[in-house]
Amino acid sequence: MSTVRVLVGTRKGAFILTSDATRQTWEVDGPHFAGWEVYHMKASPVDPQRIYASQTSDWFGQIIQRSNDGGKTWEQPGTPPGEASVGEDGMPLAESNKFVYDTSTGSGKPLTTHQWYDGTPHPWEFKRVWHLEPSLQDPDTVYAGVEDAALFRSSDGGENWQELAGLRGHGTGKDWMPGAGGMCLHTIVLDPNDEQRMFAAISAAGAFRSLDGGKTWRPINKGLVSNTIPDPTAEVGHCVHRIDMHPSLPNVLYMQKHWDVMRSDDGGDSWTEVSGDLPSDFGFPIAVHAHEPETIYVVPIKSDSEHYPPEGKLRVYRSRGGGNDWEALTNGLPQENCYVNVLRDAMCVDSLESCGIYFGTTGGQVYCSADSGDNWHAIVRDLPAVLSVEVQVIA
Amino acid sequence: MVRVQLPFHLRTLAACDEEVAVEVPAPVTLLATIRALENRFPTLRGTIVDYHTGQRRPKLRFFACAEDISLTPLQHALPDEVSSGREPLLIVGAISGG
Repeated sequence: MSTVRVLVGTRKGAFILTSDATRQTWEVDGPHFAGWEVYHMKASPVDPQRIYASQTSDWFGQIIQRSNDGGKTWEQPGTPPGEASVGEDGMPLAESNKFVYDTSTGSGKPLTTHQWYDGTPHPWEFKRVWHLEPSLQDPDTVYAGVEDAALFRSSDGGENWQELAGLRGHGTGKDWMPGAGGMCLHTIVLDPNDEQRMFAAISAAGAFRSLDGGKTWRPINKGLVSNTIPDPTAEVGHCVHRIDMHPSLPNVLYMQKHWDVMRSDDGGDSWTEVSGDLPSDFGFPIAVHAHEPETIYVVPIKSDSEHYPPEGKLRVYRSRGGGNDWEALTNGLPQENCYVNVLRDAMCVDSLESCGIYFGTTGGQVYCSADSGDNWHAIVRDLPAVLSVEVQVIA
Repeated sequence: MVRVQLPFHLRTLAACDEEVAVEVPAPVTLLATIRALENRFPTLRGTIVDYHTGQRRPKLRFFACAEDISLTPLQHALPDEVSSGREPLLIVGAISGG
């Protein structure tokens, strides 16, 4: 029987939850990296024992961790415990924690400032890695979305990182501005049919697409309307919270924007709103069912001023028609006095025949549905605030 | 040898005791001490001095001989008591509660 492994990043460490395919009884392992913020953990789809983790701290900065045994042991890439980590010249063999923006003239587009909250130019300052997206083909290749917003890639298992500077440098970067949560690149979507085709989303700049493996980029925000910026239909400036895509329909993208749930049928060239009858179209995550490319999930949040579910009822909403018509999924979820939030990286689906849906809350609960959202149970209830949830199915 | 006392999270990262001793080539400065520490414990690279600014991370402080030397330039020599190992250099994380 398959094993299901859920990777949970929290404000105070990482946890690994495991079960068999029934997904009813769980073992909880952790905390790993106790006391540190773990923004994201994700495993390589090529080598499921290879997991990357972003461990971060306002005190001590960014640490990249890697496991080669499914999360039992961890190391900083290039710095294995007990092995020499400096070469004969005394220089470090790897710089796994070093994320340096490309300001070289060689890139052709040196870019040194973006807009600050007051509209003045502000230098790019690296703060942390929000999201790690392993390659779909190579376990040693992994992408990192960082704050201040930029995209990095490592092709040696996280030992060294190089910026894909064409994203910041394509022309609109100087106009990007942070949202309240910082200016972060939080979403990286790789097209399994063509890894040269990739998408990224930035708060609060918008969505971007590359067709050449990340070398060049263009904004794809036509159709987005954001009343929180001076020009609501501007080319950039939109606070996109999350994008997802089903592998069988790579031209169909779903987006949870700050406000509005959106859909594109042309690979992001244009977007239409599909919020329909949701009780609120504000929210953070959005996820697509593993086997039904038109079945999508969101977690409505009351507003950007009140980051909790409407009416104190924690409800996942499912649309089986790609948006507009939504049904509330409540069985097993608290329907009174619930005032948690579900963050953008904290929802995912598994690939089992009966698709599992998972999400974590800022109240420390991780919920699972083993039947596409019809019924829910809490795997754990009292973790630190959950930042991210990813799931693996291991044969 | 320079004795350095580390805060909890850096001890965890380095898998070391609270106090470690490192050989620091002369002149014994804060920066030379941190580099010696990073060479011995590579998992600490970038955690004390920011990779980008080359400066002390804002929420860390350096204490020596009952003095706060955090604002002393990193290239300045440490007090003789520290460079000789009679007194430790303390690396301290800022306290925050709530």
